Amino acid sequence: MAIDLPFIWAAIIAFAVLAYVILDGFDLGIGILFPFFPEKRDRDVMMNSVAPVWDGNETWLVLGGGGLLAVFPLAYSIILPALYAPIIAMLLGLIFRGVAFEYRWRTKRGEFLWNWAFAGGSALAAFSQGIALGALVQGIPVVNRAYAGSWWDWLTPFSIATGFAILIGYALLGSTWLIMKTTGALAEKARKIALRTCFATIAAMGIVSLWTPFLKPQYLERWFGWPTAIFSVIVPILVLGCFVLLLTGIRSKRDAQPFLAALGLFVLGYAGIGISFYPFMVPPSVTIWDAAAPDSSLSFLLVGALVLVPIILIYTVYAYWVFRGKVDPEEGYH
Amino acid sequence: MFESFDATLLARIQFAFTVSFHIIFPAFSIGLASYLAVLEALWLWKKDQVYMDLFNFWKTIFAVAFGMGVVSGIVMSYQFGTNWSVFSDKAGPVIGPLMGYEVLTAFFLEAGFLGVMLFGLHRVGPRLHFLATFMVAFGTLISATWILAVNSWMQTPAGFGMNEAGQFIPLDWWKVIFNPSFPYRLIHMVLAAYLTTAFVVGAVGAWHLLENTAPRRSRTMFSMAMWMATIVAPIQILAGDAHGLNTLEHQPAKVMAMEGHYQSHPDGAPLILFGLPNSAEKRVDYAIEIPKLSSLILKHDLNAPLAGLDTIPDNLHPPVAVIFWSFRVMVGLGFAMLGIGLWSLWCRYRGTLDSSDWLHRAAVLMGPAGFVAVLAGWITTEVGRQPYTVYGQLLTAQSVSPIAAPAVAASLIAFIIVYFLVFGAGTFYILRLMKRLPRDPMPDLDEGPIRTSGIMPGPAAGAHAGHTHGSTHHGH
Repeated sequence: MAIDLPFIWAAIIAFAVLAYVILDGFDLGIGILFPFFPEKRDRDVMMNSVAPVWDGNETWLVLGGGGLLAVFPLAYSIILPALYAPIIAMLLGLIFRGVAFEYRWRTKRGEFLWNWAFAGGSALAAFSQGIALGALVQGIPVVNRAYAGSWWDWLTPFSIATGFAILIGYALLGSTWLIMKTTGALAEKARKIALRTCFATIAAMGIVSLWTPFLKPQYLERWFGWPTAIFSVIVPILVLGCFVLLLTGIRSKRDAQPFLAALGLFVLGYAGIGISFYPFMVPPSVTIWDAAAPDSSLSFLLVGALVLVPIILIYTVYAYWVFRGKVDPEEGYH
Repeated sequence: MFESFDATLLARIQFAFTVSFHIIFPAFSIGLASYLAVLEALWLWKKDQVYMDLFNFWKTIFAVAFGMGVVSGIVMSYQFGTNWSVFSDKAGPVIGPLMGYEVLTAFFLEAGFLGVMLFGLHRVGPRLHFLATFMVAFGTLISATWILAVNSWMQTPAGFGMNEAGQFIPLDWWKVIFNPSFPYRLIHMVLAAYLTTAFVVGAVGAWHLLENTAPRRSRTMFSMAMWMATIVAPIQILAGDAHGLNTLEHQPAKVMAMEGHYQSHPDGAPLILFGLPNSAEKRVDYAIEIPKLSSLILKHDLNAPLAGLDTIPDNLHPPVAVIFWSFRVMVGLGFAMLGIGLWSLWCRYRGTLDSSDWLHRAAVLMGPAGFVAVLAGWITTEVGRQPYTVYGQLLTAQSVSPIAAPAVAASLIAFIIVYFLVFGAGTFYILRLMKRLPRDPMPDLDEGPIRTSGIMPGPAAGAHAGHTHGSTHHGH
């Protein structure tokens, strides 16, 4: 049997998108939480806690997009026009929050502007990503290898719900990151916020999970049909486990535990979407194999990905290792 | 029909606008990253504080420019899909993997080591820190290599076939990457990036020399920049000429438009220096021309025949006037750069490099020249390949997304407003950073903690200022 290149690539792209969601998730979360920390000193520390790594985190988004173009060009050319508005909004949000990392330190008078750019841009990017996710889950009409809907199709109650879910989830990631990376009053405040956002996240996950199976018969079949129903039992149990770890972590002051448990929640939510989706790339009609580029494209890039992704992971871990530990409030390069 | 034309035109404007903004930053950061690596290497080697001072000075500017490059680049990576989805579906199997390699080999490298380069000197020590700086510089060059392979393939496609779905299928990756125009384009672009940075660095050095501030650092950077201009400007002119000959071979219509040759010249074509291209009448009005020179330059023979746009169907003509003028702007600036380089060499010989006010004024004036030349060059080559996205294979009008014109128009307006706001502010901050050198020197990173209060002079800045000069620089 030949190697199923489209399947391998679907797994790699899924990994890249997951890596993006959990990595940029917490640094977008820092921006979302900015309004709750009015003190300049707190904001400086929050920003410096992610300043050395945010650029690397966002590169996974470029890999997700670029990789999709490379190996699933048909999916890329359908999804992006279908999600035109949320994607443009996400890009604009990322522009504002991305430049804020540098600009904020370059002006006193205009600092409040870049605080707003950072907070607003992060929230807009997160919300748009959630909407895009919801719009993809609810399905995209395709005729003749092209998107066949109108340019407002993405806007539904469900996509709004997923937009808020992602916003809340990123805020949880951001607050648990702060518990891990900061000290004193800032960390205490982050604990309080984490406590609230973790309940909100569980609620949001519950709503979206209960809503999803009723969007399409296929999803319902997946979640309650045999044998896939095994997963629909396991996933909620694991979610509950993460939730307990989150709560005990916040209370017990084991500072890394809440962040890791929050990451666990995201991985599980992501797996849940995967269970609903498979084997579609663009539900309800384009499968992984329909969307795949020819094998000559897939194998050419696969050779590089198999060598380079591990190397990237190694030096990414190294970069995080260099900046390990609690943030020194006096530190920065500005 | 009219509706689809509308969306295409809007998508083209949007692409031209966002890519023009974007190219400014790589053009600067490719050169500046290499300059930073050279400065840090000199510091490690010669243990001279002036190089670390310059490194810290330019590092901050690099960080701001790099940030702008990153965010405008993310836009580019998604715009292929939002506005050019048919192109993405068809050309994705060929150009996608090349862009995938760009992300895997370059973007992660730059992003991963950028944090260490900006924040990590006292955390990792000088040698590992230099490795990080080197990796960032190396990453920018790898990135340029892949993206120019992509662009060159779209200009001179090779190594592909077609499948029944109408997609380009890669048959020979070696031929895809090393397509006929790739080496010329890559060399031309990297040299352009180095020249752009040299003229920015030179202008900042010259400005501070005119103000007579921080003379030693200003002298050092001015001198380094002028060496770069002296050596690279003539090489760039040769590289550009070779690139032009390559274009004549593979994209003759583009060269015809650059030269303003509406008509064929069976016995030697003149070089039109200036004039007003008139596409309606198919002639160049008020042309100032030198007989036979175009044939001499392009064919190395005074009487060689040269084909004109009359040999190509009207509907496949690129827009002549834009290309004619952008080409002249690029070439004119190239020769002006050569002039500055030679002038600086003469002053160096006379021993007046640091004191020649007129040279310094000219260098300040030429500070943005590289950006203008890069933009003009890209306009020449990109407008020159119209009406195709993949030259000779896929028309621009057939590449656009099935998206309603109002959506493209709304996003275009949003991009214009946001880009002018955001990148306008960034340019303002960069100019202010450039101005700051003498009064407010950067504290050494390995001196330990640094104030986090922004660039305004404050108590913390004052406390550090005293340590900045005489200190030893090894933290370990």
